[in-house]
Amino acid sequence: MPIAETKPQAQPAAVKDNREKLLERAMSRHQYAGDALIEVLHTAQELYGFLSPGRMRTIAHKLRLPPSRVLGVASFYHFFSLQPKREHTMVVCIGTACYVAGALGLMELAQQRCGAGSNVSLQTARCIGSCGLAPAVISDGNILARVTRQGLAAELDRLG
Amino acid sequence: MTTEELYQLQAAEEERQQALEERIYCCTAAGCISCGAEGLRSAIAAEVKAAGRADKVEVCGTGCMGMCSRGPLVLAASGTALYGNVTPSDAAALARADAPDRPSLAERRIDLQAPFFARQMRIVLANSGRVDPEKLTDYIAAGGYRSLAQVLADMQPAQVIEEVKTSGLRGRGGAGYPTGLKWELVSRQISPTRYVVCNADEGDPGAFMDRSVLEGDPHRVLEGMAISGYAVGAQQGYIYVRGEYGLAIQRLQTAIKQAEREHLLGSRILESGFGFRIDLRIGAGAFVCGEETALIASIEGKRGQPRQRPPYPPESGLWNQPTLINNVETFANIPPIVEKGGKWFAGIGTAASKGTKVFALAGKIANTGLIEVPMGTPLRTILFEIGGGVPGGKFKAAQTGGPSGGCIPEQLLDTPVDYEALTRIGSIMGSGGLIVMDDSSCMVDVARFFMEFCMDESCGKCIPCRAGTVQMHDILRRMTLGEGSEDDLAMLEELSGLLRETSLCGLGQTAPNPVMSTLRYFRPEYEAHIAQHECPAGHCRMEAEVLA
Repeated sequence: MPIAETKPQAQPAAVKDNREKLLERAMSRHQYAGDALIEVLHTAQELYGFLSPGRMRTIAHKLRLPPSRVLGVASFYHFFSLQPKREHTMVVCIGTACYVAGALGLMELAQQRCGAGSNVSLQTARCIGSCGLAPAVISDGNILARVTRQGLAAELDRLG
Repeated sequence: MTTEELYQLQAAEEERQQALEERIYCCTAAGCISCGAEGLRSAIAAEVKAAGRADKVEVCGTGCMGMCSRGPLVLAASGTALYGNVTPSDAAALARADAPDRPSLAERRIDLQAPFFARQMRIVLANSGRVDPEKLTDYIAAGGYRSLAQVLADMQPAQVIEEVKTSGLRGRGGAGYPTGLKWELVSRQISPTRYVVCNADEGDPGAFMDRSVLEGDPHRVLEGMAISGYAVGAQQGYIYVRGEYGLAIQRLQTAIKQAEREHLLGSRILESGFGFRIDLRIGAGAFVCGEETALIASIEGKRGQPRQRPPYPPESGLWNQPTLINNVETFANIPPIVEKGGKWFAGIGTAASKGTKVFALAGKIANTGLIEVPMGTPLRTILFEIGGGVPGGKFKAAQTGGPSGGCIPEQLLDTPVDYEALTRIGSIMGSGGLIVMDDSSCMVDVARFFMEFCMDESCGKCIPCRAGTVQMHDILRRMTLGEGSEDDLAMLEELSGLLRETSLCGLGQTAPNPVMSTLRYFRPEYEAHIAQHECPAGHCRMEAEVLA
C-alpha cells in the first residue's frame, strides 16, 4: 500500500509542463516497452499523486498497450491510486505486530475522524516493517512509534 | 578492478580502520531512523569534530544491530560497547576520549554478553551493524566480493553448484526447496538466456528480515546473486523489492552503482569473461507477488497473478526463459558458503535443515528485534532467553509464517526450529516473522485477522481462493460478534480442506493454516464464542456492529 514519501503539491502551470516531460523521459528510458508499464505508472503517480483516466489513456497509447491492460494493472496493485489524494496522508499499519498492539482500535478512531470533508486521506498498510515500533502510523511520511489513541487524536488535530 | 586490486584495497582499508582510535557505529536501519538515529549520528559526528578527534575517530552508519526495542543504538569503542535509547544529549559523552568506559552512559549500556547476543549465531547478519551499507570499501574490508573473485578465478560453474548442494542450504523464503538442486535445474536447461531473480517482496506482515538485510548489507545480496549468475549461466538479474521499502531501495540503488563502477557487476566482472547486470524492479503493493509465478508476471509489467505450475520457473520463467528465483536471505548465505565451504555450513543446524535462520521478533516480547540462530534452536530458547519473555502478561501463542503459518501454543515451545518440525505442528518456517501473543489476544480474532488479510490479497484468479476466503472470513467474523453456530466449526474445517486442495497457488493453499492451527490448539476458545457467546480473552466485543 502506498506510503507517501513525497507529497505532490498543486503546482503552477510552468512546472506542470515539466512533469509531462519527466513522464515522457521515463517512458523513453524504457524504450516505450510495454513491460515497463509498472515502472511508468510509478513515475506517473510520483509526479501527479494519482492516476487519472486521461493519464492512463496517454500511457496506454505511448506504450502501445490496450487501455484495459493499463487500467487492469493500475487497479490491481494497492500502490496506485485512481483518486486524487487529500492534503495530508495518514497510513495506519495493520500488520500482525501492530494488530497485536491494538492497531484496529486506532484504525476505528481514524476512520471516524477522516470521513467526508476531512483533509486527510486515510490508508492502511499491511506491515511497514517497523514492527519494533508497533503500533505504528505514518503521518505525511513520518513514522510515529507506539501510537496511543490520544497520540493519534492529537496528530489528527494537528493535521487539521 | 582486478582481483589483485580487490585484495589490495581490502588490505589498505583494513589498515586504515585499524589505525583509527575508534569507530563509532550508529544504527541507521529503518527502526532506529524513526527513533531519530540520523540526527543522533550527525550530533555525534559534530561532537567528535568539536573535540578535535575527527582524524582519529570515524562515525559511521550501519545496518540493523538487532535490538530494535532499545533504539536508537550506538556501538562504540570499535564494536565492544553497545548503548541503547541514546539521545543527542549523549553525543558529547560518546565523543570524548575517555572511552571505552564512559561512566556517564552506564545506564544506557547494553550487555553484549547477554543471552540476546550470546545465543545468536550470525552468518547472514555478520556485517549488519558493523559495516556501513553505503560504503563499498567497508564491505570489501570485511572480506566482501572475495567469494565472487574466488569463484571467477578458481571454480567451474558446476563446482559452485556442487558446493551449494553440499552445504544443504534450503530456500529461506518459506518453502525450503534445496537451493543447490534449484541451481542445477536452471543450469541444465538448454537456452542461451537465463535469468536470476531475487525475491525481496517481503509481504508477510510481521516480517522485516529481508528489509534489514537489504538495508544493512546490500552488497552481500548482490555478491550472492552474481555468484549464482555465474553458476547457472545467467547474465541478467532482477531484484523485485517491495515499494514500501524506500530505504532499502535507495541503498540497493547506491550499492549497484558502486559495484558497477568498480567492475564488480556489469560486463567483464573483475576482468574475467563473466558479465552480470542487476536491475531493480519495484513492487506495487500486492502480497501475492511473493509467489514466484505472480512475481514473474509483475516483472513483465502485468497484473501479479500466478499461473499453473508446472512448468516451474527453472524451466520456463521470466519471458519464458529458465529463471532462478531465490529469496534475499538465501542469496545472503552464498558468499560465506563459498568462502568457508559447503561442509562448514552443513555442520550447522539439524539433519535436514542446515545453517541459520533470521527471525524478526515482534509482538508481546521484551526484546523486539532481529535475531539469527542456528537451525534446531528450540522456540523456547528464542522467545524466552533471546527474546526476554513476555513482559507483564502470560504467553499464549507464537505465530510463525504470517498468514500462511500457524499459532504455536505453549506446550509445543520445545519444538526445534526446522522446516519439518514446524510443518508437523501445523505451522511453517515461513520467511521468519515470529510474533508473540499474550493472553489478551483472542485466537478466533487472530484467525479472522489473517483470513481478512488473505481475502484482501487474493488475486481473484481461482475460485476456491477468491470465494473461499470470503466465506471463511464471514464465518469467523460472525463468531467474533457472538453470532456463530455449532455448524460453523464443521464448515470451517470443510472449507479449509477445500482451499488447501484446490487453490491455484500458495496463497490460497495455505490461507487456512491460521484457522486450522488455532482450531487444533485453541478449540475451547472457539466453543466459548459459539456456546457461551463469550470471548475468554476479553478481546471481542461480541455485539453486532451498528451500521451507520
